[in-house]
Amino acid sequence: MSATIVLDRRPEAGCIEPSRLAVRQERGQREVFCGLTGIVWMHRKIQDAFFLIVGSRTCAHLMQSAAGVMIFAEPRFGTAIIEERDLAGMADIDAELDRVVDRLLARRADIKTLFLVGSCPSEVIKLDLKRAAFRLSKRLLPATRVLHYSGSGIETTFTQGEDACLASLVPEMPDAAPSSAPSLMVVGTLADIVEDQLTRLLTACGITNVTYLPARRSRDLPAVGTNTRYILAQPFLTDTARQLDERGARRITAPMPLGAEGTQLWFEAIGDAFDIARLQVRAATASAYDRAERSLDRQRKTLAGKSAFFFPDSQLEVPLARFLSRELGMSIGEVGIPYLDRRLQSADLDLLAGDIPIVEGQDVERQLDRCRHARPDIAICGLGLANPLEAEGITTKWSIELVFSPIHGFDQAGDLAELFARPLVRRERLRV
Amino acid sequence: MQLTVWTYEGPPHVGAMRVAASMRGVHYVLHAPQGDTYADLLFTMIERRQSRPPVTYTTFQARDLGSDTAELFKTAAKSAYDRFQPQLLLVGASCTAELIQDDPGGLAAALDLPVPVVALELPSYQKKENWGASETFYQIVRRMTGNHPRRSDAPKPGPVCNILGPTSLGFRCRDDVVEICALLERLGVTVNVVAPLGASPADIARLPDAAFNVVLSPEVATPTAQYLQRTFGQPMTKTVPIGIGATRAFIAEVLALAGIAEPPAGLEDDLRAPWYSRSVDSTYLTGKRVFIFGDASHVLAAARMATEELGFMVVGLGTYTREFAREVRAAAEALGVQALIADDYLEVEARIIELQPELVLGTQMERHIAKRLSIPCAVISSPVHVQDFPARRSPQMGIEGANVIFDTWVHPLMMGLEEHLLALFRDDFEFNDARAPSHLGGGERSVDVAPPQKITAPVATQGADPNAAKLPPTWAAEAEAELKKIPFFVRGKARRNTESFATERQLGMITLETLYDAKAHFSR
Repeated sequence: MSATIVLDRRPEAGCIEPSRLAVRQERGQREVFCGLTGIVWMHRKIQDAFFLIVGSRTCAHLMQSAAGVMIFAEPRFGTAIIEERDLAGMADIDAELDRVVDRLLARRADIKTLFLVGSCPSEVIKLDLKRAAFRLSKRLLPATRVLHYSGSGIETTFTQGEDACLASLVPEMPDAAPSSAPSLMVVGTLADIVEDQLTRLLTACGITNVTYLPARRSRDLPAVGTNTRYILAQPFLTDTARQLDERGARRITAPMPLGAEGTQLWFEAIGDAFDIARLQVRAATASAYDRAERSLDRQRKTLAGKSAFFFPDSQLEVPLARFLSRELGMSIGEVGIPYLDRRLQSADLDLLAGDIPIVEGQDVERQLDRCRHARPDIAICGLGLANPLEAEGITTKWSIELVFSPIHGFDQAGDLAELFARPLVRRERLRV
Repeated sequence: MQLTVWTYEGPPHVGAMRVAASMRGVHYVLHAPQGDTYADLLFTMIERRQSRPPVTYTTFQARDLGSDTAELFKTAAKSAYDRFQPQLLLVGASCTAELIQDDPGGLAAALDLPVPVVALELPSYQKKENWGASETFYQIVRRMTGNHPRRSDAPKPGPVCNILGPTSLGFRCRDDVVEICALLERLGVTVNVVAPLGASPADIARLPDAAFNVVLSPEVATPTAQYLQRTFGQPMTKTVPIGIGATRAFIAEVLALAGIAEPPAGLEDDLRAPWYSRSVDSTYLTGKRVFIFGDASHVLAAARMATEELGFMVVGLGTYTREFAREVRAAAEALGVQALIADDYLEVEARIIELQPELVLGTQMERHIAKRLSIPCAVISSPVHVQDFPARRSPQMGIEGANVIFDTWVHPLMMGLEEHLLALFRDDFEFNDARAPSHLGGGERSVDVAPPQKITAPVATQGADPNAAKLPPTWAAEAEAELKKIPFFVRGKARRNTESFATERQLGMITLETLYDAKAHFSR
């Protein structure tokens, strides 16, 4: 397949209006992580930041369970556990928080940014972390900047924690002068190696002024202004996008850079925004695109014609369904998604066939019934559901791996497809 | 507020989940926000459970707080009952729901369900996981045995017992139950009910039919066993049968309670641990300095085994189970060490660094600490990891449990002759103390035991001489080089001893002479 075919797949050429997609709302038990879980990858990405959850023992327990039970001997996250005496007003909660922060920073003098992360209990008791962050910042700057955001389950699902975290960084970003040269900001946590690949291709396209949010060092925040164009690399960044819009930056609409097609369209949308000729963009990306296509070819043998069923998890469900259906020839039984931001996901939605049921929210019991009825070849679901579904004979792909692995860009397209192929191949191999 | 990096125990509602997930015919409706469903993966991933734990979460969100979370609870409880048809329904709140005070018990009662409903009050901001499991088990047993005739009205049972305490996600509970049931059968004792693991509410109602109770996990079963003793006159066993001595004591207890005069012949035919420990190959285990930390019952058993059955020297002992702090303190005192009662991982880490043990017997948390310090380690207690649910049968209790533990503790150590050869020929380029034991792959050791002062600096260590911290003696190059010739597994200890020896004598510089003076001083 050559790059020219991509032309016909451009979002503008799509035949389905987003409004024509049937989206059903469902309410009931949600089997989705809360926003605190984002800390598991954010704390590895931002290497001089510490994430201090102000919450309960449950929050601390979630973190160590979600993190695969203690994979990091000395993580850059922790929990300030609220105790009875804090609730009863016996302890001055400000003084308690100060004490905890001091103890923490005494151990980790290398921390440049400290995030106070709100949780369900801290939100319900209306603990003012904004004020606390302001107070602590005043005392601890310039050594340590203290910011805050909420990762509580009552306000955020799984990947929304990253959104809340990045949104808290936007006000800290320096102003880019109105006269500054146009720049591109890629928004959303990506593996370092993926950032390097994207930068090389963007440079080849003729775009050299590229920044990333989040930066690997918390103090290297990119400047933002009216000459900043930004593009999302993750679809769950609603608040961050809104904040960037308010700073005058303009968003480039594109599908997520997943798969060969998605990544190609992503680069072309950037090229269009920077008035770079299509031919130049295609010339710059052609070999990477072809490489991605070749690697997808191998996985198509396993995946084409198979059916997939998405349980809601990471907000990546729409772009992944687009990737599986259009690039790998799979059929999609249902796309469950925690919430649907039609504006940010429009380009991927446009490419998704109109008859694929999208279910926003969750009633896990009813969805399991539908999944059992559909008997998909592979169900994409969270860790709480995977083994039970396997025991019922339904092959699964745990969705958390899609957030923890480098899957973006041309050179990861094959790896991404392989993540779906591996459980099927394994099932084929086993004779036990 | 408590700063926590890792926790030894989850919140109390996770303890309740463990009891619910252990049983048949029980469903737990938990008033909890979105995200608390993470707890399902403890069961489905760590324990590789094939079905979801029997828990329905209301998963309320911020927008529900403004409207009616109580209605949400009632809907969830009703549909959970309709779907799962449990014989007993547990209802309760997680930490966040506790704050919004919806009264799950009252709401569930209003539903007028045709099955017993047990409302759990588990204070999340005071109590922890094991307490939650214990309280839940107790409440279920009270509810299900409430109408049972008292002992005086019932016919006298023969040598029949219940086994109390094993739960889902408990450390090796699955295999311990098999081992202990087989042991009891050989003793001529019939097992009436095992609970909570595998029991239904109807089984719980039959608990009073037994003559006595075998308590395998005091952390979970003590209040229940005390209640059964008070109400139905059932005595309970006191010894947790982990180790050779403890298993023998347990057998004696059971025989006395069952009224059986003599144990059957050949009971110990498969007990290999005592001979393995006496065999000359084990001589090198003598006086190995071990640090023990975990839940109270496993720690108490490990301390006894370490000293009496393997000939180790216990240099540190502690638990995160505050409910049994008294027992652990007493055991520590008997061993001449100070008990560490803490649920702060950082405190445990500081103590291990301070003590420089040669072997750590701990939880998955201590395994991490030990790995970082290159100290051999064996896991003896929860909190658990997927590796603590091995495919093979691997009990800790009874005859086979003692054999398993011998292997588990000895395996991470350097083998006897290997240790001697290392001491003899330290400079062999392929076989030196910078390498891991040959039976463990023999690769390069990644981390050497770091000098303690570098790591402990930010953490306050109790009992440390304040002057020592101020003026650490410096090492002469020659002495430092000599220190490196000491095998790594005692090097940390040698460094620490020499430094404290020098500090006590106010020697600013550690020379070769000081090193050997200190060696002589400490080896008396």
